[in-house]
Amino acid sequence: MSDFGVLSCGVYLPRRRLDRTAIYGANRWFAPGLKGLARGHRAVANWDEDAVTMAVEAARACLDGRDRAAVEGLTLASVTHPFADRANAGIVKEALNLSDGIAALDAGGSMRAATSALRDALEGSRMRLCIGSDLRKARPASEAELVQGDGAAAILVGRGAPIARLVASHSVTVDFVDHFRASGESFDYQWESRWVREEGHLAILADAVQALLTEAKVAAGDIDHAVLPIAAGGTVKAIARKLGLKDGAVLDTLSAEIGDTGTGHPLLLLTRALERASPGERILVTGFGQGADVLLFEATEAIADHRPQRTVAACVEDGVADDNYMRFLFHRGLIDLERGIRAELDQKQPGTTLYRKRTAVLGLVGSRCSVTGTVQFPPSAISVDPNGRKQGTQEDYPLADRTARIVSYTADALGYSPDPPTYYGTLDFDGGGRLVTEFAEVGPDDVEVGRAMRMVFRIKAEDEQRHFTKYFWKAVPLNEGDA
Amino acid sequence: MARGIKDRVAIVGMGCSRFGERWNDDAEALMVEAFDECIADAGIDVSRIDAAWLGVGFEAQNIGPSGIPLATALRLPDIGVTKVENYCATGTDSFRGAVYAVASGAADIALAMGVEKLKDTGYGGLPARSRGLNFDMYGVTGSAPGNFAQIAAPYRAKHGVSRDDLKRAMAHVSVKSHANGARNPKAHLRKAIDIETVLNAPMIAEPLGLFDCCGVSDGAACAIVTTPEIARELGRTDPVLVKSIQLVTSNGWELQHGGGWDGTYFHTTRKAAARAYAEAGVTDPREEIDLLEVHDCFSITELVTMEDLFISKEGQAWKDILDGFYDADGHTPCQIDGGLKCFGHPIGASGLRMIYENYLQLQGRAGERQRADGPKLALSHNLGGAPIQNVSAITIVGLEGA
Repeated sequence: MSDFGVLSCGVYLPRRRLDRTAIYGANRWFAPGLKGLARGHRAVANWDEDAVTMAVEAARACLDGRDRAAVEGLTLASVTHPFADRANAGIVKEALNLSDGIAALDAGGSMRAATSALRDALEGSRMRLCIGSDLRKARPASEAELVQGDGAAAILVGRGAPIARLVASHSVTVDFVDHFRASGESFDYQWESRWVREEGHLAILADAVQALLTEAKVAAGDIDHAVLPIAAGGTVKAIARKLGLKDGAVLDTLSAEIGDTGTGHPLLLLTRALERASPGERILVTGFGQGADVLLFEATEAIADHRPQRTVAACVEDGVADDNYMRFLFHRGLIDLERGIRAELDQKQPGTTLYRKRTAVLGLVGSRCSVTGTVQFPPSAISVDPNGRKQGTQEDYPLADRTARIVSYTADALGYSPDPPTYYGTLDFDGGGRLVTEFAEVGPDDVEVGRAMRMVFRIKAEDEQRHFTKYFWKAVPLNEGDA
Repeated sequence: MARGIKDRVAIVGMGCSRFGERWNDDAEALMVEAFDECIADAGIDVSRIDAAWLGVGFEAQNIGPSGIPLATALRLPDIGVTKVENYCATGTDSFRGAVYAVASGAADIALAMGVEKLKDTGYGGLPARSRGLNFDMYGVTGSAPGNFAQIAAPYRAKHGVSRDDLKRAMAHVSVKSHANGARNPKAHLRKAIDIETVLNAPMIAEPLGLFDCCGVSDGAACAIVTTPEIARELGRTDPVLVKSIQLVTSNGWELQHGGGWDGTYFHTTRKAAARAYAEAGVTDPREEIDLLEVHDCFSITELVTMEDLFISKEGQAWKDILDGFYDADGHTPCQIDGGLKCFGHPIGASGLRMIYENYLQLQGRAGERQRADGPKLALSHNLGGAPIQNVSAITIVGLEGA
């Protein structure tokens, strides 16, 4: 048997879960027809998250405990890459502190970008990280606003002890325009859902699955786990019926809890399937968008030992209910609040300084003195240790995966923040090193001297004049069971 | 340690503009206002000034770079003017330049000016600004209250002080300074307040409420310094002498050395204080220092500074404060002029404003707020930056023989 296949997986879901009744409640006067969708919650990214930051967090979960030096390639699939011309995958590569000697590619243009990327990786020979991540923007009072969610999932493909192998794959490409968004535009234009269901999901997608099953000589009834990442539950059931999938094989799409997370959603559901699969079980994964990708996996013996640090279920559960629709609109740039003079600070980022300091800024790589062992951030020519004045002795020392403890903190209501007050403070890392940084996802009860925190990759600021996103690392509370 | 400059430089003139929201005056007018008082006090002609220093904190937001704004405003007689910027310690550093010029013999008479025109920036507090290209990529550009507020939690944790006790002691600091400021005609805020007002004020940066923060003001202050010999020639029979000036600048240890600085005190102030006392020959500061003007940008800053200056014991300042030790009628008054809290805080001027008050008090010229027991030795402490990375400057001035 081949030792090439899916090695690990990881997902990331933002913490806030916006109550769909809050969305509906604000828009009911205008769009009463949305009532049918006003159930459950959708995952919403914070103001300082985007497709890149969520991709980094999913990838960190996926690579947990693995030698990152072995990764040879990275694909970031998204239809909401923050940059149109700057490799978004390159930012993820820097944040993950991967080797410079890797291939990195942004895949996009379709909701099946991630399944296409995964198929390509599985049909290659190198160790490749495939990530799907999206933070989609929908007009207020649209169906999409209610149906979508934010999140990311990552799958590591390569040689080793795979937990699943690709058995067969099949793709079709047809210019079926169920929705579209022109370059530079903010919002999708959606065609009638009944047509999408009948001619898209039940025809193009179902036919593609049937073609694969026929080709692979596998009966639909022998599929143990099927990923059909379609938000409309009725459509999913209809496809299952048409294909003859067995009862209970189709994975719940998590529409009620988090929403449709976009390109990463098939990978997120594959991750969930892999957590449930037993050796020898078959997993069908589909992606839909101007055609379809169909991938058939078989779980290996190694799946029995697959014990992820955080399951998809745990990520789904680890959310906080949110009914602040106004904040959601503001964070998505859909309403323009008066932000005050303190928001006017010029955030210009020179290309030279970011390039020079990229491992420190994007990778949170500090340094360790090879003589005294003193850890510091950022690195400098002369060590910060007052007892061991040493020059030119510092070696790279990654800090992103180390636990840190609060030395001091405040909640600042004066400085500008899109999510006031701004929590920030001083942290000491276990094993050495100190950092002053912002805290994310905290409230008054989450901060105290000595409290353990972990680092997350976030947006630090936006240069709104030149449209450049600045990233850095922030601290969130370390909860039991966190990586 | 260097032998220092004790008693080698005398202050012969000082001036201070009214501090506040000076809507109708620009930096030039403020400098002229302070200088008019100063030169009249010194009793010399402008032509005798050999060199000058100009301190401005937010130059880009008001007067612009270089020493030219001072030379032009005062039409100085073709002399060298050095521009100084060292965060909120700028005023003292400007004074230090002038004093060192005289002490070295390079100048007979030198001028130190500090000025700030904040109320043209449009900000309620200090303007937000870059802290350098590298810092801006990974540092936190928090607000000033946000940076200073961070002393409180570790201080409480280390010394076992309850949230309420600390908040009450901080509130006492502000109540005391408001009472003092009410008696100062040049002060920005001249209204006495009660402790409930402080405790119930809106939160700015936890645990600092509105009344835990000093005002930001427009203003200017200046000093003319010379040798003790020339001071006597100018008719000063009991001149105010510089006993010591010490300035310590963080080198990144507090900011970067994990497990080092614990966030409860000002490392630089402790270093500067020890050196300033040694230079001035002070061995028991709690008993020998008669007056304190410290950098009370926030109530918590004043509180821990009482320990960093070795006046209160570590972890005990909050008790001394609540006991009234630092009140105007207490053992050692702190901010008898209202301090940054109420006199106001025009950044570049503040260090010189503190020295101005000490200079008046030592000469018995402080009017309604004059300390009655004849102070002989007075300390000013001027701090710039944030607790974790800052510039701390201490000046001790006193009468002959003190």
